[in-house]
This record gives sequence, structure tokens and C-alpha cells, in this order.
Amino acid sequence: MTLDSIAIEGGFKDPVFDAQTMFRAIMQAMAEPGTVHHGIALTKPPAPLTPEAAGVALTLCDQDTPVWLDPALQADEAVGAWLAFHTGAPIANTPADAHFALVADPENLIGLENFAQGSQEYPDRSATLVLQVASLTGGAELLLEGPGIQHQARLSPRPMPRHFARQWAQNRARFPRGIDIVLVSREGLAALPRTTRIADQED
Amino acid sequence: MTEIAQYNFAYLDEQTKRMIRRAILKAIAIPGYQVPFASREMPMPYGWGTGGVQVTASVIGPDDVLKVIDQGADDTTNAVSIRAFFQKVANVAVTTHTGDATIIQTRHRIPEERLKAGQVLVYQVPIPEPLRFLEPRETETRKMHALEEYGLMHVKLYEDIAQHGHIATTFAYPVKVEGRYVMDPSPTPKFDNPKMHMSAALQLFGAGREKRIYAIPPHTRVESLDFEDHPFEVQRFADPCALCGGTDVYLDEVILDDRGGRMFVCSDTDHCEGRRAEGHRGHLAGEAVGA
Repeated sequence: MTLDSIAIEGGFKDPVFDAQTMFRAIMQAMAEPGTVHHGIALTKPPAPLTPEAAGVALTLCDQDTPVWLDPALQADEAVGAWLAFHTGAPIANTPADAHFALVADPENLIGLENFAQGSQEYPDRSATLVLQVASLTGGAELLLEGPGIQHQARLSPRPMPRHFARQWAQNRARFPRGIDIVLVSREGLAALPRTTRIADQED
Repeated sequence: MTEIAQYNFAYLDEQTKRMIRRAILKAIAIPGYQVPFASREMPMPYGWGTGGVQVTASVIGPDDVLKVIDQGADDTTNAVSIRAFFQKVANVAVTTHTGDATIIQTRHRIPEERLKAGQVLVYQVPIPEPLRFLEPRETETRKMHALEEYGLMHVKLYEDIAQHGHIATTFAYPVKVEGRYVMDPSPTPKFDNPKMHMSAALQLFGAGREKRIYAIPPHTRVESLDFEDHPFEVQRFADPCALCGGTDVYLDEVILDDRGGRMFVCSDTDHCEGRRAEGHRGHLAGEAVGA
């Protein structure tokens, strides 16, 4: 297959309804942090971009939203070409310019503070990170508290960025500024909005 | 029957939906903060719920069941026309039963029935900025939110007490969301404020003319502003609903004649009908229904 045909194929089968289904999953995940949502409309992007992460990109990204790709995704130019064809989103040169960041290798992700945090007046002008994780279970357990969570929620994604609990506490301390995270894996989709606290499990 | 035009599902084009969807996600991530968005012209005038309609149109799917209320009623002009709009442009199922709906678009009321997890309540908001009547400049109110400087709002409530002896604000009563942002709950009666606190449903607010979207995720603290010596109180009614006999509900006054005759009935028509179907009767139910 030529590069061009890879770029053109593999989008949503039904753009209107697939995007709506996908958005509802993301919205519910964001509203109830820690819950895992299925019913993801699948796409067929070039590896290492996963169908789930690509689905999020097709749902939310367009010419208004610069997208940053981590080095693992930048390595294969087919990924950028596929995203350019299906979303029209420009590729951000630096993480600070990106509205969305797609990350295939969360373990080696640069520090969260490198991404757009928004300003105190406009905290919505901040990046949303889409992390492709191998699994939403089996990693170090995160005990979650905050808006959208009745008592406590548990999530054990793996792999996660280094020193994630500490990085997340710093992100939380910047509130209302800060980034939001969408976790995608074959098992479904979960989200960590900036309001979510990771409870200390030392005791 | 000639169809004049074929619209995209739910009227809005896909790029507009993406823009609104991104705003909704940021609104959920920053509870109570007003996210600016590029509000579109809708086939209805500003003030008729264009913000709520755009939010609903961006969220709704073919499997949803939609309920629309206007001041609690399913059968008033605004509710009927918005419900018809979505039946036409999205061909979705509609209902008047609060419990059956997945999305409830509302103008100025929260249903009496406790909302469930998974439901989405979409508010139509005229003026999203709670500080707007105290400070007309957007640059200033934005700075006040940024600095969490809400003294002016407390001064306003204090002046109520100085003038009237109690907090006289009865609707659009300001709330603080998750201890950070002061938010306008839209012109709902303050009677409904406690229902926003720790609600199981997701609450989305759309202001079309003012181009703002904000949100309260489920299980989020929503506190009505007050003072230790003047705690927040909701309205109380002397009589129960004249049709269903319900207490602990918000009542509307209905004028019966030109000699001062009046009755008080449930503002939430679905709740009232449900109670009457269960056999509850108010003191005017017989005459009013049988006439």
C-alpha cells in the first residue's frame, strides 16, 4: 500500500454518529473520572496510533486545534499524514502550542508542565492529553476523589508517565489552570480532569 | 409534502458540534467556569434558549430520549417548540416523564423528581455572569473570577439584608461550585438550588447570546452564598398544590377570576400529573379536572 492510500482510509464509517457516540463516551468519562466507557467507534489509523486514540482525535480535532505528537508517533510520518487528512488539524511544533497531545509512549512523556496550562483568566485554553495505555488495569492503583466521584474511584492504568502521582498533584495545585487527560486502551476510555485528586495511599 | 432543506443530524454542522463539544469538556473539567464559545445563529431568536439548544444538539444522539420544560411545564410555548425542533432535525424520541428522559433541556426549573446518574440536564441561560449587574465590564469580571474576588457579591447580599431584613434574592441565586467559582444557576427559583448540590446527573449550561458554556459534573459541591447569621433558605408555601396536594414542591400562582380568587399549583407539570395518577388529590382537583 502506498503512503497516500494509508492516509485516506480508516476514518469513521459514519462520521456524524460515530463522532456523537465517541463524544458521549468522552463526556461521561470526563464527568465521572475513573469510570471506563466502552462503545468506542473504531477507526483504522496507521500504527503506532491506536484506533481508540484516533477515534478521540477524529471526534474533537479539526483545523482550529493544533495537535502535538509524541516522538513515538512523530517517528512514522504516516500518522501525521493520516491525521492531517482526516481532521485537518495542524501539527504543533512545541507542546505549549497544542490543544491536544497524542501520546503513544506515556512512560517517556515529557513533564506535564510543558503543555499549555491556560491562563488564570482563561483556564480553558489548556491542553488535553490523550494517553494510549496498554491497559486500564494492572498498573499502580490510583485512588481518585473529586467532582464527579461520589465517594472514591479506582483506576490502575499502565504504563503512566514517570512520577505521575507527584506530577498530577502539581497539576492539581495549579487549578484552575492545568491539563486534562483522556486515557485510551483496548478496554475502553477513561478520563482524569484537572479537578481529580489522587488520594494518598500511604496509610 | 415538500421538504425545503435537509439538515445535518441535530441541525448543527459537524465543525460547530466539535467546537461546542470541546467547550463542554473544558467546562466539565473546570466546574462553574464560563467557557467562551462561538455561538451560532439558530432558527429562533436569542432569549428563546439558543444556548441550551446548541448544547443539546451537540450532545444528543439517535438513542436519546428528550424532555424539554419551560418553567417546569412540558406544554408551554418554548418547551413545545424546542421539542418539535429536535423531533424534526434529529428525529429523537421525546417524553414528558422526567424518569424516562436521558437529556432534559430546561428553562428556569429543575424537575422535582430526583435526577439519576447518566441523565444530562441542559439549562438555557440568559445572563451567565453572576457579577454582571454589579460590574458591567467583562474584563473586570473575568479578573474577579481569576482572583477569586467575590466580595462584591457578598456586599450585594448584605445590602439585601440591610434593606429588607433578609436576603431578598429569590431567583438566579448565586452559588459557589466546588469551593472555587461563583456561578449563576440561571433564573431558577432559589428553591431549586439545593437540587444542584451533589446531583447524580451532569448539568450543562448554555448561554447563546452571551456565548458561554459552563457545567457542574455529578457529585459536585454547590453551595448557595449566605452569611452565618443569615443562612440560605428556600421559599416556603403556606398551602399544598391545589391539584395534587403536594408539599415540598415549587408552586405557581394561577388567577381564577377577577375577584381575587387564585390557586397554587405545581410548577412541575409532570410531577403533578404523576401524583394525581397515583391518586393524590388537592382541594381543587375535582372541579378543575372534571370541568
